[in-house]
Amino acid sequence: MKDTHDSPTHRKPLRMTSTIPGQAPTPTGAPVRPAIRLRGASLSFGSRTLWEDLDLDVMPGEFLAVLGPNGSGKTSLLKVLLGLQALDAGTAAIDGRPVARGSRALGYIPQQKSFPPDTPLRARDLVGLGVDGHRWGLRLRTRDYTRRVEALLEDVGAQSYADTPVGLLSGGEQQRLRAAQALATDPAVLLCDEPLLSLDLHHQQAVSGLIDRQCHEKNSAVVFVTHEINPVIDYVDRVLYLADGRFRVGTPAEVMTSEVLSDLYGSPVEVLESNGRIIVVGLPDAPTHHHEGV
Amino acid sequence: MDLQDALRAVFTFDNYAELLPLVRNSLLAGAVLGLLGGLIGVFVMMRDLAFAVHGIAELSFAGAAFALLVGANVVAGSLVGSVLAALVLGLMGIRARDRNSIIGVVMPFGLGLGILFLSLYEGRAANKFGLLTGQIVSVDDVQLNLLVGSAVVVIVALAAVWRPLTFASADADLAEARGVPVRGLSVLFMVLLGVAVALSIQVVGALLVLSLLITPAAAALRITAAPGRVVLLSVAFACISVVGGILLALGGRIPISPYVTTISFAIYLICRAIGARRGGAVSATRTPRASVTTPAA
Repeated sequence: MKDTHDSPTHRKPLRMTSTIPGQAPTPTGAPVRPAIRLRGASLSFGSRTLWEDLDLDVMPGEFLAVLGPNGSGKTSLLKVLLGLQALDAGTAAIDGRPVARGSRALGYIPQQKSFPPDTPLRARDLVGLGVDGHRWGLRLRTRDYTRRVEALLEDVGAQSYADTPVGLLSGGEQQRLRAAQALATDPAVLLCDEPLLSLDLHHQQAVSGLIDRQCHEKNSAVVFVTHEINPVIDYVDRVLYLADGRFRVGTPAEVMTSEVLSDLYGSPVEVLESNGRIIVVGLPDAPTHHHEGV
Repeated sequence: MDLQDALRAVFTFDNYAELLPLVRNSLLAGAVLGLLGGLIGVFVMMRDLAFAVHGIAELSFAGAAFALLVGANVVAGSLVGSVLAALVLGLMGIRARDRNSIIGVVMPFGLGLGILFLSLYEGRAANKFGLLTGQIVSVDDVQLNLLVGSAVVVIVALAAVWRPLTFASADADLAEARGVPVRGLSVLFMVLLGVAVALSIQVVGALLVLSLLITPAAAALRITAAPGRVVLLSVAFACISVVGGILLALGGRIPISPYVTTISFAIYLICRAIGARRGGAVSATRTPRASVTTPAA
C-alpha cells in the first residue's frame, strides 16, 4: 500500500524560469527539484510505528495537507522536516539538502500559543524577528528592515495593531503575525502545524488565504498539518493521510473516499461531500494513548 | 536610639564635599553595574528567570564566603560560585518547571554552605555582613578593574547575541526552526547571568540582587513594550538606583543596599501607576491572556 509521489492528476506548477526570487537557483533547463523529498522514511516510538517506508516529494508551489488522527505522526513529520527529530530509516531532504536542525529555507507556523502579557515586543517587532532575528549582533541598519516589516504587516492586514504589545493581541491576531514572520524570508518550504486551531472563521480564512498565496503565487512548497481539511479544501493539491501506521498520498479526490479511509482505518468509514465540503463519518475513536505532541 | 538618631544614621550629609572624591571608584563601578543590570534584566524578564537569579545569588554568596574564609579574592570566589550555579541550571533545567524545582533544591544548600564558611571565618564582621547586604563603598582600584572589566565583557557578549537571543527568548520553537542555536544561547545566557549576579552582589549583596537585575526591567515593562525603549528605561532605572543609592548612603553608616532597593522599588511603583493609568484605555478593548503552553513539546 505504498503510494508514491507524483500522481499524474495532481496540479504541479512547473516553472520555466531559471530562478525564483528567494529560492535556491535552479540551473536553466533542469527539471524543478522537489522542495521536500522523503525516501523510505520510517519513524516509530517504542513498538509503535508511526509510518514506515514513506516516499514523498513535494514540489515548489504545491500545497500538501497532512491529515490523520491524533498520534498518527503528523507533528512528528514536521519535526523531521525541521530537523528536530531523526528518522529511524530513510532520508529527508529540503531544497536538495539533507534536513538540518533549523534552516533559513524553512518557514514554520506553529500551533497557536499566546505570549505572556508583559512580553517586550510589539506586533512589528515580532514580525521583525522573522526578518533578521537569526542574525548576530544588534540591528544597525534599519531602513530596509523597516520597509520589509511594513510590507509584511500590510500583507497580513496587521497595520492597525502594528504597535500593540503582542501579549495584548488576540489569538487570531497573533497567528497572523506568526504567518507574517514565517513568510518574512520567502521560504522555499512552509511548514504549518494546525495553524488555524482555535481561530474564528474570519481569521481562519485570512491565515489560510495567506498560506495559499505564498504557495501558489510565490511558489513555496507547503506542508499543512491539520485535523480538518475543509478550511483549506480549495487550496490543497495533495493529501497525505496517516492512520494506524499506514498512509495514503494523492489528490483529495483520490484519498478522501469511503474506500480509502475504510482501508486505512480498517473499519467502515463513510466520506460524504456536501457543497464542496468533505464530511467523514464513522471515524474510530482516537487512540487511547493521546499523542498529540509526538 | 531614638527616631532622630535613626534618621541621622540614614541621612547624613556632613562633609559631603570631602567624601565625594573618595567614592569616585564606587560611583563608576555602580554606573557600569547599573548598565549591566538594566540590560540583562530585560532578558531575565523575557526568559522568566527571576527565581534563577535568586538561586544563583545564593551560590555566589557561598563562593564569596569560601573565598573570604581562605583569604582569596572575594569577587573571584563570587564569580566561580555563580557561574557554576548558572551552568548547572543552564545545562539541566530546560523547562521552567524542572528549573524551578532544581533551583529550589540547590538554593538552600548554597545558602547553608555560605553560612558555614562565614561561621568559620574569624575576620571583620563587616566583611561577612557585606556579602549579604552589599559593600560597594570601599572599592579599590584592583576591584574596580575586575568589576568593570567583567561587566564590559558581559555587555559586549550580550550585544553580540542580542537579536538571536531576543528571538529565542520570545519564541524558542520558531527560533530553532530558523536555525538559531537556542540551546547554546540558553547556556551562554546563563553564564552571562551568573557573572552579572556575581558582580551585582558586590553592590547590593546576595539577598537583594533582584532589585538590580529584575526591578528596573520589570518597571520598564510596565510602561512600554517597544524593545528599544524597554532597554533604555531599564538601564536608566538601574543606574539611577545604584548611583543614587551610593550618593545617599555616603554620609551615613548604613550599607548602601537599602537605598538602592528603595529607589528601585519607588521607580517600580511609579511605573506601575503610569502603566495602570495608560493600560485602562488599552485593556478596555484588549484583554491580556495568560500564556498557554501547547501540548506539542
